[in-house]
Amino acid sequence: MAVTIDDVRHIAALARLGLPEQRAAAIVNELNTILAHMDELAKVDTAGVQEAIGVGAEGLPVRKDLGPPFPLARSLDAFAPSMRDGFFLVPRLSTHESTEES
Amino acid sequence: MTARSCAVVREETAAGRVLATDTVDAAVARAREVGAGRDGLNVFVWRDDDDAKSQASSIADRLADTKPGALLGVPVAIKDNIATLTMPTTCGSKILEGYVSPYESTVVKRLRAAGAIPFGKTNMDEFAMGSSTEHSAYGPTKNPIAPDRVPGGSSGGSAVAVASGIVSIALGSETGGSVRQPAAFCGIVGVKPTYGRVSRFGLVAFASSLDQVGVFGATVDDAARGLGAIAGHDPMDSTSANIAVPDYHAGANADLKDLVVGLPKEYFPASLDPEIRRLCDAAVDRLRGLGATVKEVSLPHTDLAIPVYYIVAPAEASSNLARFDGVRYGFRLEGEGLRGMYEATRSKGFGPEVTRRILLGTYVLSAGYYDAYYRKAQQVRTLIADDFRRVFESGVHVLFTPTAPSTAFQIGAISDPYEMYLSDIFTATANLAGVPAMSLPIGRIGGLPVGGQFLASHFDEARMFTAAYALERALGAEAHA
Repeated sequence: MAVTIDDVRHIAALARLGLPEQRAAAIVNELNTILAHMDELAKVDTAGVQEAIGVGAEGLPVRKDLGPPFPLARSLDAFAPSMRDGFFLVPRLSTHESTEES
Repeated sequence: MTARSCAVVREETAAGRVLATDTVDAAVARAREVGAGRDGLNVFVWRDDDDAKSQASSIADRLADTKPGALLGVPVAIKDNIATLTMPTTCGSKILEGYVSPYESTVVKRLRAAGAIPFGKTNMDEFAMGSSTEHSAYGPTKNPIAPDRVPGGSSGGSAVAVASGIVSIALGSETGGSVRQPAAFCGIVGVKPTYGRVSRFGLVAFASSLDQVGVFGATVDDAARGLGAIAGHDPMDSTSANIAVPDYHAGANADLKDLVVGLPKEYFPASLDPEIRRLCDAAVDRLRGLGATVKEVSLPHTDLAIPVYYIVAPAEASSNLARFDGVRYGFRLEGEGLRGMYEATRSKGFGPEVTRRILLGTYVLSAGYYDAYYRKAQQVRTLIADDFRRVFESGVHVLFTPTAPSTAFQIGAISDPYEMYLSDIFTATANLAGVPAMSLPIGRIGGLPVGGQFLASHFDEARMFTAAYALERALGAEAHA
């Protein structure tokens, strides 16, 4: 399963990473070298073996999707790159460039 | 030279014979003496000595009114991926440059509650991805024993803070060996607790099913007291276990006559450096001399740990690091539209090793490759965990192995990523299985430290510490000769 330059462009897009062409070509070689070592796993018989789910003595604990209040000592705008009226500001989506304001 | 032990500092501070401010002054002076700054060993990415002294003063003010904490007056260095309210938390990355967390990690809160004084944030491989502390936006950290060599990683700054005698305890984090391997390279003690033993709340996530906060100590006792202060259930971390924490230094003077030590043959391959083997053999002879029963055991899937680890960890990292996108915190670089901003920010904000691992993780999770890589790796991970379970169920109490396959290598010597990954070959198994493990010094080769590793079953850190205390005592000065 050799990684191709198209694979690298695809996964870079999925990962939101802009890669210059030269770097993308180098990544192809790096990933292929690394993944060649991973092919060892294909030789292992894992028929009937369950995938690991949690590594603690009690497995992965399940809890209600609730928690104690998050103890923020500073407001969000103390560290956000750009905020207005309690919202994070981001650049306009390219599909919405005709609208005037973000 | 090491910093004064945690037990002595606590006792003298509690008795009023030493002021906590003097202890902080001594740490500052030692940092200056060893050249801890950016042009020297490059130990810290942030230090505020005035703030540390101010905290030390407040300890003195409260002394008469409160019971002395377990780490009273002890300065503790903190790895830069553990959230602190009064210092930035950057994970050694440009993408979090200047970021100060709006909340504090549970481990740092517990340190403060125990009377410790957070003393600076330490350098690390970016987002804990590395085995040498060469991959930091702040430049490499150097090994104090041989400054042309790496201190190991990713918690290299914390290891050097202890090894150079600035502090007696430091916090690091472990995903595949990032406390034990630098402890071995720097000649100190490093502990990775059981997964779930220590809260991960406020530890910046790299690979959530593997990450644990770990402790460095100048001695086994320092590490035991440090772990005791931060361990225990935390409702803020759903993977934190609600299991009582024993007194880890209770076994400090115990003998080993009832202890069964397993030597997993896969950790002593024919290719193992003969000098490392010799030091391990000498340590095992000491364990026998202390009354332990020693027997060979097998963990047959050990050689698959690195392939498994380097699929599972990057896969989880690719998801965890998606949050660094220039929207909510940290560095932002404008690009064309929203997508352009994401790509510009992440491409300039992350270094090459983090970029490589995000891409690797995205690949093994992507359609068409998930079953072949990620699912397969998680199945083999089950086999690795089963190996440990079988051995411990057979009556073995602890395992003993070398910590790393080499001593500290020269800065810049390893450029092939996979060769670097092999540094973790004896440590990653414990993270994959979730069991506790620790490294302690067992001697030197050509002046460079070698670590021996104990591993135990889930939540049996106490027995691991008992073995380590005894071996440290038996080796004495030989551990550093």
